[in-house]
Amino acid sequence: MGSTATVNIDFFVILSSLLFVIGAFGVMIRRNMIVLLMCIELMLNAVNLLLVSFSTYYGNADAQIFVFFIIVVAAAEATVGLSILILAYRHLRTIDVSLFNKLKG
Amino acid sequence: MSISILLIILLCLPLSGALINGLFGKYLPKIISGGIGTAMVALSFVIVLSLFGQITEPVKVTLFNLIQLDSFDINASFLIDQLSVWMALIITGIGTLIHIFSMGYMSHDTGYYKFFTYLNLFIFAMLLLVLGSNYFILFFGWEGVGICSFLLIGFHYSDPEKGIANSLAARKAFVMNRIGDAGLVFAIFMILNTFHTLEFDGIAKMVQGGGVEGISINSVLIIAITLCLFLAATGKSAQIPLFTWLPDAMAGPTPVSALIHAATMVTAGIYMVTRSNFLFELAPYSKDVMLYIGIATSLVAAFMALRQNDIKKVLAYSTVSQLGLMVVALGLGAYTVAIFHVTTHAFFKALLFLGSGSVIHGMSDEQDIWLMGGLRKIMPITHLTFLIGTLAISGFPLLSGFYSKDEIIGHLFAENPILYGVIMCSVVLTAVYMFRLYFLTFHGSFRGTKHQKDHAHESPISMTLPLVILAILSVFGGLLNLPGLFLHEGAHWLTHYLAGAPGLGLIEHPEAAVNTTILLMAVASTVSIGVLIWAYLTYAKKGAIARKDSELSGWEVLSNRKLYWDELYHLLIVKPSEFLGTMLNNLVEGKILNAGIVGLATLTEKTGTQVRKLQNGLVSSYLLWMVIGLIMLIVFYLINTLNWN
Repeated sequence: MGSTATVNIDFFVILSSLLFVIGAFGVMIRRNMIVLLMCIELMLNAVNLLLVSFSTYYGNADAQIFVFFIIVVAAAEATVGLSILILAYRHLRTIDVSLFNKLKG
Repeated sequence: MSISILLIILLCLPLSGALINGLFGKYLPKIISGGIGTAMVALSFVIVLSLFGQITEPVKVTLFNLIQLDSFDINASFLIDQLSVWMALIITGIGTLIHIFSMGYMSHDTGYYKFFTYLNLFIFAMLLLVLGSNYFILFFGWEGVGICSFLLIGFHYSDPEKGIANSLAARKAFVMNRIGDAGLVFAIFMILNTFHTLEFDGIAKMVQGGGVEGISINSVLIIAITLCLFLAATGKSAQIPLFTWLPDAMAGPTPVSALIHAATMVTAGIYMVTRSNFLFELAPYSKDVMLYIGIATSLVAAFMALRQNDIKKVLAYSTVSQLGLMVVALGLGAYTVAIFHVTTHAFFKALLFLGSGSVIHGMSDEQDIWLMGGLRKIMPITHLTFLIGTLAISGFPLLSGFYSKDEIIGHLFAENPILYGVIMCSVVLTAVYMFRLYFLTFHGSFRGTKHQKDHAHESPISMTLPLVILAILSVFGGLLNLPGLFLHEGAHWLTHYLAGAPGLGLIEHPEAAVNTTILLMAVASTVSIGVLIWAYLTYAKKGAIARKDSELSGWEVLSNRKLYWDELYHLLIVKPSEFLGTMLNNLVEGKILNAGIVGLATLTEKTGTQVRKLQNGLVSSYLLWMVIGLIMLIVFYLINTLNWN
């Protein structure tokens, strides 16, 4: 720990849990696909936050490497997700995911 | 050439004939596929003849090992002795003639090559049966001839009119024979358990040496073994209670009836009992059983033949009746006499069947004797040879059947004069139905349709030649075993010849007094001539008129309907089996098995229908389920952790 005043680790855990739950509920409840993607980002970043917090807490950099990977993957995922969004919009003229039910068995 | 090489060639010839015809027969012209089949059997006959000339004492040839266990070996070994060579002579000799006959008889048939495949396969299996030196090889041949018999009875299974009846007849023969085969299997197990070997000569030595546990005169074990063997014989040789398949077997083509169901296969049971003579000699009870069953079969079958109208059915019942006579000889311990009758019977019964085949061929497939008549002018050669066959089977003096039958009857007379009287009834009946058959077919006026009359013709040379040869054999076959009455030197040649086979030389044959022999022969001759005259007056002179089956009365109905024997079996065995089957089908199959299996399928389907609704295509609902699953995992993990601590 550095010389700056330390914040209790509990706050980080609570914050990231809140962020994750908000993201998860958002994905479940919202219908707008852009919001959906944003919620997914939110969940990912909640996890990132948790990882870096514990990384600092334990003084171990391993988790930070993970975080970089997750950021890269998240970027790629956002790209793909947005491309799908554009194509879906061109096709169906909507971005409401409740109408995206053509693939059901 | 050495005997073992001859043996291998002998076995390979009919087998390769069957293979060639079976694999390539479709592409061969009829004359070649028939020619190959016939040539193979004819060559086998030549080889058997050469073996016949070489054999002075039994030779055992072991080809290879089949099963090797700690306590016993089973080898593919063959016993070439007087008995097996004699049987092989009959099989290949008669077989050759019937192959030649078939080339003419089957000439219009589409399954020509198939027919010769089966026939050659049959000859192969039959040779295995008689040449095998142990019960295992015998059983192999036994089953082989069984399957060939099945295939050939149902040969015309696709015939639009009779196809189903033919298939049913084949199935009946198969099932009936299975019952007998079960007896043979049990006997083999018991023999193996007792003697630890299946070799005939080995068992004979052990039996004669004594000291085998459980084997003494009339001990339970020996009675069980011999009765099981005899059960097998009743299946193959068509004795009561398993004889009903043989008359139905006439559904097969006529040469098949001649070869398999008259001359050779049905005598397999007689051969097997003769081969096992050393066992039967220890079981007088079993021999008594054979004696009475033989007498009953002979009498019952002769009675059934009296009012049959199908030319082949009459001959079939006469075969059963004659086989009964052979079993009587076996029951008396006169094994060589039984083989003598097998031989002469093979001659005249093959002749009669081929003769009937010639008639059927000439009459455009007509088999009802009431629709024939007067054929003696149209088919002179068939008529003459058929007459000889009829006289021989009826025991007309100095023909082959006269001698062989007389020996059996003579032995029976010495044993029990009352039974002699019973069997004489069967002999009289034989003469009655045979002369009825002969006169109705060849004398009187033609009773068939005009179309049949125009087409009726004498058969081609390939069919008449075997008839002539068999007729000659039927006339002179009796010379093989002339009674001492006629000759002092060289009498009973066949009996002395067969004495070389294991066990057969040890059995004594009391020679009946000359006066008795003359008396018995005189009675037999009088009977057959008397019946001949009576039958001529009844069926030929007056112009016999066909009566419908419904117009028959009293005993005639019984004879025509075979004493309701089939109906009895149907009631006692088929019906209960069907009832059991239906019950099992409805109850076990329907209620229990089906309910279970169908229930399982329904359950899966219903569950699937419900679960499928979860896949609604909505990303958010999938996510909901994912989160629920996640939460459940966490809860599960937490509970687990708490419990552990």
